[in-house]
Amino acid sequence: MSIEDKQLFTVSVYTENNIGLLNRISAIFQRRHINIESLNTSPSEIQGVSKFTIVVNITEVNMKKIIGQIEKQVEVIKAYYHKLDEIIYQIAGLFKIKSELLFEERQIQNIIKESNARIVTVNKVFFVLEKSGKKEEIVTLYNQLSPFGIMQYTRSGLIAVTKEEMKISSLLEAIKNN
Amino acid sequence: METQTIKSTQKSTKKTERISGSEAIVRCLIEEGVDILYGYPGGAIMPVYDELYKYQDKIHHVLTRHEQGATHAAQGYARISGKVGVAMATSGPGATNLITGIADAQIDSTPMVCITGQVPSHLLGSDAFQETDIVGISTPVTKWNCQVTKAEDIPSVIAKAFYIAKSGRPGPVLVDITKDAQFNEFDFSYEKCTQVRSYNPVPLTDVIDVEAAAKLINTAKKPLIVWGQGVILGQAEEQLKAVVEKAGIPAAWTILGASAIPTSHPLNVGMVGMHGNYAPNILTNECDVLIAIGMRFDDRVTGSLDTYAKQAKVIHFEIDPAEIDKNVKTDVAVLGDAKTSLELLLPLLDKNSHKEWHQQFKDLYQIEFDKVIKKDLYPTKEGLTMAEVLKEINIRSEGKAAIVSDVGQHQMIACRYADFNVSKSNITSGGLGTMGFGLPAAIGAKMAAPEREVVSISGDGGYQMTIQELGTIFQQKAAVKIVVLNNDFLGMVRQWQQLFFDKRYASTEMINPDFVKIAEGYYIKARKVTKRKELAEAVEEMMKSKEAYFLEVCVEKEDNVFPMIPSGASVSDIRLE
Repeated sequence: MSIEDKQLFTVSVYTENNIGLLNRISAIFQRRHINIESLNTSPSEIQGVSKFTIVVNITEVNMKKIIGQIEKQVEVIKAYYHKLDEIIYQIAGLFKIKSELLFEERQIQNIIKESNARIVTVNKVFFVLEKSGKKEEIVTLYNQLSPFGIMQYTRSGLIAVTKEEMKISSLLEAIKNN
Repeated sequence: METQTIKSTQKSTKKTERISGSEAIVRCLIEEGVDILYGYPGGAIMPVYDELYKYQDKIHHVLTRHEQGATHAAQGYARISGKVGVAMATSGPGATNLITGIADAQIDSTPMVCITGQVPSHLLGSDAFQETDIVGISTPVTKWNCQVTKAEDIPSVIAKAFYIAKSGRPGPVLVDITKDAQFNEFDFSYEKCTQVRSYNPVPLTDVIDVEAAAKLINTAKKPLIVWGQGVILGQAEEQLKAVVEKAGIPAAWTILGASAIPTSHPLNVGMVGMHGNYAPNILTNECDVLIAIGMRFDDRVTGSLDTYAKQAKVIHFEIDPAEIDKNVKTDVAVLGDAKTSLELLLPLLDKNSHKEWHQQFKDLYQIEFDKVIKKDLYPTKEGLTMAEVLKEINIRSEGKAAIVSDVGQHQMIACRYADFNVSKSNITSGGLGTMGFGLPAAIGAKMAAPEREVVSISGDGGYQMTIQELGTIFQQKAAVKIVVLNNDFLGMVRQWQQLFFDKRYASTEMINPDFVKIAEGYYIKARKVTKRKELAEAVEEMMKSKEAYFLEVCVEKEDNVFPMIPSGASVSDIRLE
């Protein structure tokens, strides 16, 4: 794939935990009309440091420029981008389905079993299925379940760790000890 | 660790005093060395104004006539002095009126701290009177911003604001302070900020990169330097001059880089860009090594990127890593501040003179002189040209005046024809192109550097966007020389309409008021010139004046600024007529 072709990138941004920072970072994408496919914020491996995981579909040329713009923000410690094959990632999907279907439609039980989905809760009215994996796996499960009727469905942002060792850990340690 | 111990001891021995948040704000400004600030009072900032009243012997607040004027004045102050400019406003409309100046400071890397009042914290988010989410609004146009809701956070946030505004690549910072934080008392002590852990203002210069740059420069047959404001912000004027002279490299400047090396310097080959000089634009596409120093390859400089310096190896000296490869792909990037980088570069350079290469610049200058400059400076037609006004100012100021221009044709003429023999002398709105910038910026410049001659040059359009700041000039007795080059048109837009819209002059003609009367209404000495024979004497009278002076020069209505690179065209396609 050429650096001029659009592809999915995962952007990892290590930041101070600051109220306005999400705005600042999303504005960088907005300015260039780049749609954010998914966004997740969470603590990182270092205490007091937050991590944004952002997925975008853009060219590598633009990706590099955007990383520069993100790193320029005062409260951003470091930003990285990775192609999907350079990371281990997971997305979670939640499905709320009528409980009666669990007993009436045998097939649903097979689908749940084969998909490695987990039943989070069951009550008289509904049960909730959770499936973590790649986006395609969750979409497949959605397609299988949807003929039976899904009451609610939602998918989380992508979260990822890198295959390679991230220098960020030592960088943050250095800052911490400074 | 050692330094930290010392720091903490200092902190513990420092006396604290119980004062209000609003007093703390003023004390913080004084601690940061602020002697003048520009602003406009209102409900949510009133406690601070009350303290400014008490501290008026230590810090001078200048009441502008509009908050936008306050930001531009702060910018003018910062641009001529290199210090942080400070603007203050109340919440809501006061705060939103700052935005244009903040955006201007952001794109032109001007160090500025803006302080806004905000509704009390318990009312935040309730659509209270004069509440606006100024932190949200200013986010895309500030280097950093922050809302303070607790009095005890004021010193650390203001210290951080000044540090961020002036360090690295400078920029504007906004601090929004709720009214309850201004009223509440706390134990005040002040410590300047020297580091923010997530922020690396000046990247380390890698000697390997400098060596690679030196190697390219030493083997170059046709090297060309294009320098920008990074040289001025980094106080690297002497270093740049030394590099240029030792390696004998022709050096051109961007609009904001103007004045870092004097106009009269033989290796200064003029301005690049849309209305820049013919030779440096044409020869950008003939040089073999292009050395960019503290500039960002703005589209008004490069024209079409597809045809910009494709034949050249590009070296980029730059403090902001995000600028590397942003617009032009570089072969060697040297990160760091210009002064450090150029100091490292100088001893590695071979002495050279590049005589034949220089001759090419001289030949092209002659063409530009014959086709453009001669007509501008020594017109044979009846109507006055803008350039001859600049010529007269040059003569009277000996090229030492700070020229504060607005935006449009007169701005391009001022940049092209003013003699800049002192650094920090070209104060203008480059990146944002903010009409109305000039007059208030000139106030700030004059107050920051009262010893310097400050000449504000505006067109009749931009002048009327912030004309009310004449009131500030009058009240402050700021001895600004105000020149309006009046062509009764929004001249630059009219020029584009003539060239690219078949002369359909949509909403560009201005029916103007009596500018002399308006200036006189503010008790400012004023004069109007319509004929060439009056011009020299009028400019002399203006320049000799010890106080503010207004000079309107009625110039040819439909003159165009040339050379010109049409928007989106190549630098090679620069037009002389």
